[in-house]
Parts: sequence; C-alpha cells; structure tokens
Amino acid sequence: MDFRFTDEQTMLGDSLARTLERGGDAAAVFELGTGAALLPEEAGGFGGTGPDVLMVFRTLGCAAAVTPLLDSVVLGAGILAAAGEGALAEAASTGGARIAVALDEPGQRYDGTVATRADRGHLTGEKAVVHGAEDASHLIVLATDGLHLVEAGAEGLAIRSYALIDGARAAEVTLKETPARRLGDAALLDRPMAAAILALCADALGVMETAVALTTDYLKTRKQFGRAIGSFQAIQHRMADLLTEVEQARSAVWNLAGHLDAPDRDRHVAATKSLVGRVALQVAEETIQLHGGIGMTEEYELAPLVRRLLAADARFGDSDHHLERFIVLGAA
Amino acid sequence: MDMSFSPDDRAFRDEVRQFLKDRLPARLSDKVRQHRELTKAEMEEWHAILQERNWLAGNWPREFGGSGWTPIQRHIFEEESALAHAPRVLPFGVAMLGPLLQKFGSREQQDRFLPRILDGQDWWCQGYSEPGAGSDLASVKTSAVRDGDHYVVNGQKTWTTLGQHANWIFCLVRTGPAAKPQEGISFLLIDMTSPGITVRPIVLLDGTPEVNEVFFDNVKVPVENLVGEENKGWTYAKFLLTHERTNIAGVGFATSGLAALKRIARAQVAYGKALIDNPLFAARVADVEIELMAMSTTNLRMLAQAAAGHAPMAESSMLKLKGTQIRQAINDLTRRALGPWALVFPSEALEGANDTPPPGPAEAAWATRAYLNNRKLSIYGGSNEIQRGIIAKSLLGL
Ligand SMILES: Cc1cc2nc3c(=O)[nH]c(=O)nc-3n(C[C@H](O)[C@H](O)[C@H](O)COP(=O)(O)OP(=O)(O)OC[C@H]3O[C@@H](n4cnc5c(N)ncnc54)[C@H](O)[C@@H]3O)c2cc1C
Repeated sequence: MDFRFTDEQTMLGDSLARTLERGGDAAAVFELGTGAALLPEEAGGFGGTGPDVLMVFRTLGCAAAVTPLLDSVVLGAGILAAAGEGALAEAASTGGARIAVALDEPGQRYDGTVATRADRGHLTGEKAVVHGAEDASHLIVLATDGLHLVEAGAEGLAIRSYALIDGARAAEVTLKETPARRLGDAALLDRPMAAAILALCADALGVMETAVALTTDYLKTRKQFGRAIGSFQAIQHRMADLLTEVEQARSAVWNLAGHLDAPDRDRHVAATKSLVGRVALQVAEETIQLHGGIGMTEEYELAPLVRRLLAADARFGDSDHHLERFIVLGAA
Repeated sequence: MDMSFSPDDRAFRDEVRQFLKDRLPARLSDKVRQHRELTKAEMEEWHAILQERNWLAGNWPREFGGSGWTPIQRHIFEEESALAHAPRVLPFGVAMLGPLLQKFGSREQQDRFLPRILDGQDWWCQGYSEPGAGSDLASVKTSAVRDGDHYVVNGQKTWTTLGQHANWIFCLVRTGPAAKPQEGISFLLIDMTSPGITVRPIVLLDGTPEVNEVFFDNVKVPVENLVGEENKGWTYAKFLLTHERTNIAGVGFATSGLAALKRIARAQVAYGKALIDNPLFAARVADVEIELMAMSTTNLRMLAQAAAGHAPMAESSMLKLKGTQIRQAINDLTRRALGPWALVFPSEALEGANDTPPPGPAEAAWATRAYLNNRKLSIYGGSNEIQRGIIAKSLLGL
C-alpha cells in the first residue's frame, strides 16, 4: 500500500502552489503544463489519473484560484479525447481553446433530463447554468441523441451570462437551429464527469484546509475575556470535531482518486461527493461562526472560501442527491 | 390546561390581520418576501403606517405613547407581521432605547427623545460592540472624558446595524477607571451629526452594506445626554439584554420561511417527482417542522410566564439557540432545494440598473443571500456559544 504521489505530481503541485502564491493567473497556470497533467497520454497529455487530478485541484482550492481547468480541460478536453478529437483536446489543455460543457436544462434538478434536440446537424434547446460559456471557443452540448460540438458565435446561439457565488461565471444558453457536429453517445461523458467530480471535491478539500487554517490562526490570536478564544474548551471541541470531519473528507477524496478507473468507480463518485458536500457545508458554517462578526464580512479572506464551499456542494448533484445515488448503486 | 388563545387574543389577532391586509403596501411586502434590501424611506414609511394606528411601540406603556400590549399581544403582532411579510419594526429605538429611557432616563430625556422615536424624526443605532469588545462587551474602550459641561468621546464602535441611516447612536463608553471591567462604563446618547464622527460601511457576505464602523474623534457630547448615573451603564445595558428580548425565537419568521421552503420544494422537480415528495428531502423538511412546532410552544410557555411577571433567563437563551438553529436550517434547506440554481448570485440583478430577472426560479434571486445573511442570527445578540454558557451556568452554577 502506498499513498504517496509520484515525484512528478509533487513537483507540479509545488510549482503550481508557488505560481498561485505569486498571484499567477489562469494563463500562468496553463503555462506550467497543468492542463496536460490532467489529460492521458493518448490525448496528448501526460497524466489524467486520479492522483493527478487530486494534486492539481487540491492545490488550486488551497489558493482559491478561479481557473477554467475543471470545465475546459477535465470535462471539455476529457470528452473530446474520448471522442477522438485529439487536436481540440490538446488545444484546450494548453489554454488555446476554451470549452464549455452544456448539460443541465431549465426546470430540471440534477436528474439529467434533456430536451435539446438534434435535427440534421442543427441543435435546438435551452441549457442552464453553463459554466464558462461566455469565454468559450467551443461548447459541448448534450442533446437527446448524445453530445455535440458547437462553435462560439454559431448561428442561433444566444448566451446570457451572470455571476456565480464562487466568483466564476455561467450562462443560460439558447440554441435555435444552431449548426453542430455530433461527437458521440452521452456515455462519452462518464469518465470525464467522474474526473470532474473528483476535481470539484479535491478543490473543496483544498478550500476547507485553507479555511480551517485561517480559523485556527484566528482562534489563537483573537482575545476575549482576557484570553485567546481558542483556549475556551467549547471552541476547542468544535474545532476538534471539524478537523475530524475534514480528515474524513480527505480520505473520501483519496478514495475516489484511487478508484477513478476501477469497476466500482460510480459508487465512489457518489460516496465521495455526498460526504465532501456535507463536510463542505459544515466547514463553511462553522468557520463563519467561530470567527464571530468578522466571518460575516465580504472583505475578510474567509468570504470567497465559504462561497466556494457552498458552490461545491450545489454543483453536479448535492450531498443528498449522491446519497440517494449511493443507495441505488448499492442495491444494483 | 387550555393551549389556545383567549377570545380577546383571538379578536386581537383578527384585528391585526385585517390591519395588515388593509394597510401593508404590496410594494413593501413583495420586497420583504424576496429578501430585498429596503430603503430608508421604505422602512420609515412602515413605521409611520404603524404609528398612525398607535401600533409602532407595542412594548411601551400607554403613558409614553405606546400600545401597552401584553406579551401575548406583542407575540401575535410579531407573528402575524412576519407571516404577512411586513417590514420588521427596527428594534434600536422602539425595542431597545425606549424601554431603557423609560426606566432609567430623566424626565427631560423621556420628553425629548421618546416622541421623536415614535414620529420617526430620529433613527437610532446601537453602539455597543467594538473591534476588541464583542462577546466580551464589558471590555469596551471608547472613552468619554468629562470637560466642563461636555464629554469628549474618542474611539470606535463596529457592527453598527443600519448606522448609515441613523442620526443618533446610543453607546457604551468608558468614563472611569475600574477595578472590574463592568464598572466605569456609562450609557451615552450621541448625535451622529456631531463633528468628529465618521461612518464606514461594512459589506456582508450577501453583498449588503448592513453594518458599519463608527469612529469618534474628539466628539463633544453634552453631559445631559448621559443616561442615569455615570459609571452605571453596564447595569442599564444588562437590563436591555435580559429584559427587552422580544421576538427572540423568531417563530413568525420561521413559519413564513417554512411555507416558502415547501412552496419551492413543491415546484422543484427531479426524476419526474416534486422534491417535496422525495422521501429524503421530505424527511429533512419534516424534521424542522417538528422542531418548530415544539419551539413555538416553548415560546408561548415563556410568554405566559412573562405575562405572569416571571423574568426569564436561561429560557430566553434556549429560545435564542433553538430559534436561530431552526431558522438557519430552513434557510439551508431552501437554498438546497434550488439545486444548481443556488449557485447564481445575482447581486447586480437585485438592486442594479438592469431589470432582467435573474435566471432560474424566482427564489434563486434570494435563497443564497438569505442563507448567507442569516448566519448572523447565531452570532449577534449574544452568540450561540455565549447562550450555551448562560444555560449551562444556570444549571450548574459553576
Ligand atoms: C450582522 C451583525 C449585526 C450586528 N449589529 C450590531 C449592532 O447594531 N450594534 C452592536 O453593538 N453590535 C452589533 N453586532 C455585533 C455582535 O453583537 C457581535 O458580533 C457579537 O457580540 C460577537 O462578537 P464578535 O463578533 O467580536 O465575536 P467574538 O466575541 O470575537 O467571538 C468569536 C467566536 O468566539 C466565540 N466565543 C467568544 N467568547 C466565548 C466564550 N467565552 N466561550 C465560548 N465561545 C466564545 C463566539 O461565540 C464566536 O463564535 C452585530 C453583528 C453582526 C454579525
């Protein structure tokens, strides 16, 4: 048994962390080859395994960095690679192309219902909360007959963007007889979606680690009643519980990273997303509470972390959704 | 035992309902229901409507121009107001300063300030907390030094709710050296238009500038603005904290929040089924509803005791604890009910120039904001940790 990362993974994680610490943006992150580390060799990359995804996204989460890596590379390039679109996948992995993946539709709630239809190379339908749509060079759109590729600016494509709680942007996308090229069956999504959920959970783990570290520092320095508030046993026990939960979340993320290409992958996806979502909300609420008033403010460093944790639970099915999926998969 | 309201109380409840139906402008209740920020003018408008009926100060005796309601009547009014999505009565003048002046203020102070609270001329804010004095309120440092017929005030208050709208602030200030921190604190009324006062807004997690920092730089305050005796301010502040805890449980807010949650869960559909019919989600909603049923009876039991002249201590801490837990749980479920739509954060869409509605169900515009904003419930008014300490102390006495 060996829980260690490879030297390459560790080196990438270290240089990514340093780049982000120096204020490096998405372009700087791509320049390090981070995108290629998220793609398998067949698709022009040099990684793409569970531990690769874990290392990259936990590091991004620790720094609360906003990048298009999850949507454009893990999901987008992942689907393209599976569909045999090697060139575009590689372009996405270097940041040269930007892929947005349009799955959900208005009126549905995590159930994957799709009404968007393809008719002789043209798509018509509506897509909801499409991350990164406004900056995308290409959209991958899920229709009733599978996945399609749409180019930005295509005829009949309308994009209405808005802000999300985690600082990213998404859009309502309308397609009206929009020219599209079919990529293949919806099943092409399976592995990229599992990897994206791993990425989201690893990111949340990094965010939780930073939020807990911030809170720990605060509890040691903030004084009330003549002592550090961290010296009150009531607070100590709360932090002890929280740390124990984060440790569980860490193992859940490791579980999924280790089973991303295993036959029981789906069970691990459900288990990990359910547990991490629950703990993410607990960390968000507890770290605010233990800070007192300052934890409620927009200008304090905790604010973006908390909102990112809420977003992590709400995306790709929340903790209850995956709890139910786990039950269904276990019964099968 | 008879757990129903008396015929008089039921008649009063009907009267309140009718009043809200007739006089609450939909313009205001719509905004409240959508958790949108009310403007200063809108809050003042509602105060004026209530005052016209002499219903603004339900907790004041009639001799001071209040409605002289019983605790049960106040409860009924607050609950019905919340259910009708009426703006809340701002507590700072009506619920906090008013009773304090009535008990400890001079005749002159009562005559000068109480009518101005009722007719809306003054907007009060509460200047207790400081950067270094939150839970440990007795460690306030803002100083007031006597200089002839004035005090000269220096220091900083913080978390001052809606201080941006206020023209008066009541403060705990340090006037004397003290053997114990609770000594040497005085209760001072300060005109916010005095030279030397700066107000800086603090934006909260939900994007609203609901609280402020207030800085005092050599602010001159006439000695007649001292309430009661110098160095006795802590006693007065404690009177407020323990005595004037109206609506601490927020039963009305929880009840209307639960109704909104169920409405959303009926409209959200997954796998061809309404979310409210999903056994897992239905169980989560049922859990809070059961808690709320018990808590509202706890609340009524306490009210009945208060009506019989018993001053609650640990009980009001229990209500604060349970009440905030229930409201926060409802906020959490409401946000979660919206699924991916809870990710949308339409801060621009709400108050900004563009009028296009935010995407998704209408509730997506406020559910996450309400969730984030109401994290404050367990922090302010004595944090839930402080309340647990009070409950434990009343039991163990250690
Ligand atoms: C939205 C909002 C509005 C507010 N409005 C006003 C206002 O209008 N006027 C005003 O004066 N104040 C106001 N407050 C301030 C509020 O009363 C304080 O935030 C509160 O008293 C907590 O103080 P603090 O923020 O300094 O946290 P701290 O006291 O530093 O507490 C930090 C954490 O430590 C915990 N803690 C502290 N002491 C103990 C202990 N002995 N045992 C166990 N745990 C402990 C707390 O529970 C909390 O979790 C407002 C606050 C907020 C968030």
